[in-house]
Amino acid sequence: MKYMYYPGCSLKSTGRPYEESLLAIFRALEVDLQEVRDWNCCGATAYASIDEKKAFGLAARNLALAELQHGPSNGEGVNLVAPCSACFLVLTKSQKYFDTYPEVQRDVTRALEAAELDYKGKTRVRHPLDVLVNDIGIERVQKRVTNPMKGIRIASYYGCQVVRPFATFDDAMYPTSMDRLMSAAGATPVDWPLKTRCCGGSLTGTIPEAGLRLNQHLLNEAVRKKADAIVTCCPLCQFNLECFQSQINSRYAEDIHVPVMYFTQFLGLSFGLSEHDLGIQRLFVKPDFRRPAVEKGAPAHV
Amino acid sequence: MNLPPTTASPVASPSRRGKMQKVTRRVKYESELDLGFGERIAKDAYGQNLLSCIQCGTCGATCPLSYYMDYTPRRVIAMVREGFREEAINSFTIWLCASCYACTVQCPRQIHITDVMYTLKREAIKQGVYPKRYPIPVLARAFFDLVRHFGRSSESLLLIRLYLQTNPFLMLRNAGLGWKLFRKGRMPLKIEQIKEKTKLRNLLLAVERPREEEPQ
Repeated sequence: MKYMYYPGCSLKSTGRPYEESLLAIFRALEVDLQEVRDWNCCGATAYASIDEKKAFGLAARNLALAELQHGPSNGEGVNLVAPCSACFLVLTKSQKYFDTYPEVQRDVTRALEAAELDYKGKTRVRHPLDVLVNDIGIERVQKRVTNPMKGIRIASYYGCQVVRPFATFDDAMYPTSMDRLMSAAGATPVDWPLKTRCCGGSLTGTIPEAGLRLNQHLLNEAVRKKADAIVTCCPLCQFNLECFQSQINSRYAEDIHVPVMYFTQFLGLSFGLSEHDLGIQRLFVKPDFRRPAVEKGAPAHV
Repeated sequence: MNLPPTTASPVASPSRRGKMQKVTRRVKYESELDLGFGERIAKDAYGQNLLSCIQCGTCGATCPLSYYMDYTPRRVIAMVREGFREEAINSFTIWLCASCYACTVQCPRQIHITDVMYTLKREAIKQGVYPKRYPIPVLARAFFDLVRHFGRSSESLLLIRLYLQTNPFLMLRNAGLGWKLFRKGRMPLKIEQIKEKTKLRNLLLAVERPREEEPQ
């Protein structure tokens, strides 16, 4: 099966390790990802605060381009993989609203005509988690693991927009797909109730008083659960949790040093791929998984 | 409880000690309300069920940011429904909403609360009712312009514009972070852009034209 791939702006800058590791593990699993040519920004959350109709127009162009470049799909629909949470949400939301509200569909059709495009509504927006768990399957992932990450305690952080409210591949408040992938990689997923609590998104930059606090809670809870690393599937969550750690430490007199990495990077390590191919060197807090955490007789924390 | 300020002018009344004390009316007259406001917002936020909110407060309870808000989402909905237009769009709540959709998922009446917040943000930006140099609308506007021009967003440009227009001092404080990201290859200085910029601009312009009459 062929997958179209929509990286989004973040994966080309702060989220670069996400793109590198995602492409690396899909290559390792022999699944073809074809990048949509000339894709544009999805509009994220900011666009809808200014002009919602234009936000739908932006999303529609990407959906239409994916459909066009995929070619004939034999009635199965076109799978478009969107790894960034904001892109994933915006694209699924737009798709849902075109289907539900005729006035949105009319606006979008007219806008696409102006760009000489035509959208038949065949694109299905998919998240890499969904593809890995439901299309490729845990068994196939597990078979590929050559370097099981035994004894590593992992807190899976989904963030908010991947599972809410238009996604159907996992539970909206307590998803498990990433935890299952972590188990497949040989790691121990910790039970972490804050896994879908919001990191504040751009609030860390705009209202740091509120935004940094949210991240402090998340990090503290991960430390309390004795997690060796946090893995996430969202470039903004990764950025907030990792790059603001030093600011959080100085502002709230904490001493937190938790590696925060993409789940694709962790899977890649378990596949035995090189750190360089996975973009590990781009992280601020370098993960060090050489010490066996549980085998030293540490009490089990759940 | 913080009652919304009213437009009524204060009148003076003698206090018990003989000093004059300002007295303000704390309740709005119905004639001062914008009675169609609830209907309008409900329409723009895709759901008449906004009007059937049961005021259970689940939204405020699930919201990770409710403890910074001046009005919880439940109260914002009540204000919108009753026509307290100014109070709703002047509320800090709408800017704090990070669109995590927790309330939307949990609402027993299936109200699209996040869409309600978006609608109020748009209303506030349209009328310019936010403090000058307020970062959230500035960020939204900077992002909007960047994508309109280039078709994609470049984080370096976006942040520079945000800080210049709000608080240049913050740029200095975060310069270290920016430098670190740059060295790790995560803050490219290249401006991301698409090829078919004209077509994208046409697409966005086409949206601006008014909707044709709906077929009867």
